[in-house]
Formats: sequence, structure tokens, C-alpha cells
Amino acid sequence: MPDTQQQSVGFAGPDRLGHFGPYGGTFVGETLVAAVEELAAVYEEVSKDPEFWAEYDHDLKYYVGRPSPLYLAERLTAKAGGAKIYLKREDLNHTGAHKVNNTIGQALLAKRMGKTRIIAETGAGQHGVASATVAARLGLECFVYMGAEDIQRQAPNVYRMKLLGATVVSVESGSRTLKDAMNEALRDWATNVDSTYYIIGTVAGPHPYPQLVRDFQCIIGRETREQSLEQLDQLPDALVACVGGGSNAIGLFHPFLNDTSVAMYGVEAGGDGIETGRHAAPLSSGVPGVLHGNRTYLMTDAGGQIMETHSVSAGLDYPGVGPEHAWLKDLKRVNYVAATDAEAMQAFHQLTRLEGIIPALESAHAVAYAMKLAATMAPEQSIVINLSGRGDKDIQTVAKLEGLTL
Amino acid sequence: MSRISEVSSTAAQQGRKLLIPYLVAGDPDLETTLKLMHQLVDDGADIIELGVPFSDPSSDGPVIQKGVERALSRGTTLVEVLALVADFRTTNKHTAIVLMGYLNPVERMGYAHFVEGASSAGVDGVLIVDLPPSEASAIKPLMDTKGIDTIFLVAPTTTDARAAQIAANCTGYLYYVSLKGVTGAALIDTESVRQSIEKLRRLSDLPIVIGFGIKDAASAKAMGSIADGVIIGSALVEKIAELNGETPHTVERLRAVSEVIRLARGALDER
Repeated sequence: MPDTQQQSVGFAGPDRLGHFGPYGGTFVGETLVAAVEELAAVYEEVSKDPEFWAEYDHDLKYYVGRPSPLYLAERLTAKAGGAKIYLKREDLNHTGAHKVNNTIGQALLAKRMGKTRIIAETGAGQHGVASATVAARLGLECFVYMGAEDIQRQAPNVYRMKLLGATVVSVESGSRTLKDAMNEALRDWATNVDSTYYIIGTVAGPHPYPQLVRDFQCIIGRETREQSLEQLDQLPDALVACVGGGSNAIGLFHPFLNDTSVAMYGVEAGGDGIETGRHAAPLSSGVPGVLHGNRTYLMTDAGGQIMETHSVSAGLDYPGVGPEHAWLKDLKRVNYVAATDAEAMQAFHQLTRLEGIIPALESAHAVAYAMKLAATMAPEQSIVINLSGRGDKDIQTVAKLEGLTL
Repeated sequence: MSRISEVSSTAAQQGRKLLIPYLVAGDPDLETTLKLMHQLVDDGADIIELGVPFSDPSSDGPVIQKGVERALSRGTTLVEVLALVADFRTTNKHTAIVLMGYLNPVERMGYAHFVEGASSAGVDGVLIVDLPPSEASAIKPLMDTKGIDTIFLVAPTTTDARAAQIAANCTGYLYYVSLKGVTGAALIDTESVRQSIEKLRRLSDLPIVIGFGIKDAASAKAMGSIADGVIIGSALVEKIAELNGETPHTVERLRAVSEVIRLARGALDER
């Protein structure tokens, strides 16, 4: 169940219309309003239904393989030279990332609503794979919208989706990445609203998506909390997670929001460096605005056009961020920082060589920042990194950066 | 009385249907847009909807997306669109102008600054596609003060309760979306549109106009027979695409682009 008792103090949100402070909301065209209102009404009912959550928990245990371990990375800890570094192993989930926690939940919603067709947007392809997976399992038709550039970058995941029976639709408009895939999925939804359920992959989009995706990802933080008390005898001193749209980060952070002793760091994609402008870090350098159904921090130019973003990791290459993160930034509860492409690449290799774990390039951003942070902390302190996905999908990208072809 | 109300009450008195072309400001460039606006008026436009280009037009179909991309490739900004309206107003005081676009450029400019600029440029109405009435409480009073109409969409999926809320907040005209989907999409089911319009009539005295999917004289006439006016967007923008970026344009070229509007005017005026 969503941790409602946590919400009662300090960080309650969203309100009934989906606002987190000044952020969030429902900024969609009238053609979609009925669909999001229906979803909000169904979710409000379902979120109070123990049977729904029992089915969700059952699927997470027997299909996804939860709980995922909390693993002490001893050699990484030694290398960083400070606080103990633990990894929350979301990379060990079925399909290889945290994304499946959400698609399992939303597929159950789709089933309840009697929808026969699923659509999704994807950047790195992890959410697309996780959506295609649950669609295959439930026998639903599945269309995944993916930017043409991302299709190039993430060929293995494209093929996985096809193997799972999904149709991958190449999006050629705009910057041909995640944001454009989301535009196209919204257009599809407006056109096929009766039959179709739109599984948004992150804590963005119109209400109720930021809330329901968060609730489905909170399993990460709840397990981490329990595992910390069991394995460390206390809560960790810091949590670190990468932030693109921000679903893995909010999933880890949310159950700890009222634990004031726990510091939190959301790591955005610094690309070539914040100062170069070639990055994907709206919380580090953006301004509030409205995109894809919600008000949040965005990378926009002076005229309000959404800017093209850059990151080595397709999953972080998005000009916006979930509205709850925008709010947590303003409330100063979470520190939002950035790691560059180069730092992420270095961390990718370090974790691979030191621990035998190949991380997703997205997660490598969190590893990079956590190692810097650990060095500033005492050995008796501890950090939990959300290792949100595994890096098999990225080996071609990495090889290319090193001048190799596979 | 706002210009939109004047235009529509005059039309109603004359038994004339409102003809509302939509084009993207700056597609293919601002100079052409200005000339086209005057041409559209000559060909029978009562109101012009001027699209404000936005990088992520998620309610628009491929034709208008491409128009927006053409406009943005020249860096068209909201500030320039307001200047375009002011230019148009130096010689035309009677045709109503409605800006149609997405919220982010307006947020970036700031609501007060935008409303002030729109008012002094001579904008008569604003339709922000991704701003439903429930999120419009900050900007609407500013528009009301300046006498700018705030126009909202009503869709086939809009519930009765919601339609009532929209009707209560809308001024100028009600824009009925004739089909599920994005701008320029497929066929319209005339009978179901007729029923929806009849329901809307009971909620509002505003003129009701129909848009999304009207592509020629025949569909304009069919929709005109059940509403107070029609909006033609994608069919016009498709013609603008054929200009292929070449400038300057001869009057013949502009007249050719505007033909769909001229034919629609003829069909709407047939008895």
C-alpha cells in the first residue's frame, strides 16, 4: 500500500488536482481530460483496495523477483575511501531495471479498466521493454513510441521489445528523443482513448501519473528502509539516485522523506558539463514551466521553447523532471546535483571492474556522485545508491565511445 | 463588446456562418503570414486563429507539427507573433484575432506581461490548448480585465458536468472538437456532433464553432449547418507547406493557398 502515514507529515502531496505545491497539475488538451480524470478516479478507488495491492505484491515477488538485495559494495567503498556504499540492486529485477515495478502496477490498472491496448514512450528502452513484457504476459496489444535517435542508441532493447510482440514506432519529429516520443504517445492516446491505456514510465505527465508511478516505485524505498534496519541496525546517512524523469529516485526517497537524519541526493545528467549548456539537468539549471501535462522545472529558452538536451544516457535525456522533485528541490529536502558524461563513464568502469556489476549508464551517474560524496564522509557512515538498472543495453554505446565496434 | 462578439453577432444577424482559418504564425515566415492574413480576410475569414509555435505541440497532428517546425526553424517567438498582430491591426480593425498555442511560452513571458502585450497588439481572444479551466484561475482574471476572450475546447469525450464548467468559464466562442484525436485527423460523424452541439446550446449562449478535421467545402458546409461556424486548420497549413519556403510570393500564389477558405466561404453562404 502507498505509505499514507508518511504523507501525513510535512511532505503531503499531491492535492486532489495533482499539485505538489506550485508544481504538477493537469495541463492537457480537452481531448485527454476525460481519460486522465477516469484514471484518477479509478486509481483513487484502487489505491484503497487491499486486494489490488495483494495482487501487485504477489507479482513483484513471483514475477519480478523482489525483494531486491541491499548489497555492501566493499571494494567500491575502499576505492572511494569514506562512507560504506550499499547498492540497492534494482538491476536484478526481471527485465533489468526498476521500471518493471511501475509497469506491473499500471498493467493491473489497465486490466481493471478493461483496456485492450497499451502504449508507452521510452528513452533508453527499459520502460518500453518493461511495458512490452507486462503486455505479453496479459495478452494485450502494445505500441512503444521511441525517438529515432534513441532507436539507434539502444538497438538491443528495440529488438527485445519486438521479440516480446510489441510494435516499436520510430518518432521522427522534434529532437527525436524521449520528449518527442511522449508527444507522440499523447497523440495516440487522444486518438484511441476508448481502447487504450497509456503507461507513462516516469513520475511526470498529468495527474494522477506522478502520484501513481511514485506509489508503484515506493517499493524500492520501503524495502531499503527495512533492509537498512536489518543489515545496518540503523537508517543510512545518505541516499543517492539518478534523476531523469525521476521515478527510481522518488521510489527510493519517498519512504524516507520524514527521516530527517537521512540526506538525499538526486543526480541529474550533466552531459558535457552544466556550464556548456549541453546537458539534461533542469533542476540544476532550469526554470519552472509547463510540459507534458505538468508544471515543473524545465530546460527552456527565453521564448519558452523546450531545449534539446544531451546526455550519454538515453534514459536521462529529458528536458523536464517529475513535479514532486521540483517541489522537493524548493523545499530543500533533496539536494539535486549533476554528474557529467565523463564522470558517469568512469563510474561505469569502476563498478564493473571492482564489483563485477555492469550498471546502466543512468545508474552510473548516481555511482559517480556517491563515490565523491562517500569520500567526504566517515567510515562508520553509510550511503545507499539506487542501482536502478543493469548495463547490458549500454555496452554498444560504451564500446563506441571507446572507439570499438561490436 | 469584444471584437469577437461583434463579429459573431453581426454574422448571426446576417444569417452568416463564421469562417475561421487557422495558420501558424511564422510559417514559412512572418512576412508571408501577414500577407496571408489579409488574403484570408479577402476570401471571407471572420476570425483568424493564429498558431503560436511551440516545440512540443502534443495536441497537433503531423501537418500542423510540420508548420510549427517551419516557423521555429526561423526562430519565431511569441514576442514576434504579438508584433505581427500589431502590424495586421494597422490596416485591419474588423477581423478578430485569436492566438492559439501552448502554455509554456506564455508562462515564460509571464501572464501579466503576455496579457498586456496581447491587448496592446490588438489580440481579441486566446486559446491555450493545454490549459483547462481548472488551471486557468491565475490568467483568466487578467484577460477579463483587458477584455480578451478566453476560449476553451469542448471534446466528444467531455462529460456533461465538465461541459457546464467550461461553458461557465469560456468567453468569445466555444470551440467544439469534432473528433477524438489530434488536429487534422480523420472523419467526422455528423450526427453525433449535432447531438453534442444541441447539448452545448442548453449550457451556453456563446457561438459554437467546430474544428479538427474540416478539410474542404463539403465538410465545412456539413458542419456549418449544425454550428455557428467552422475552423479550417490543417487543410490550409498543408497548402502553406506547398509554398516551400520561397519568397516573395505573388498574389496568385497566396490566392492559391487561400483557395480552400474561399471555397468554404462559398459553400457556407449557399442557401
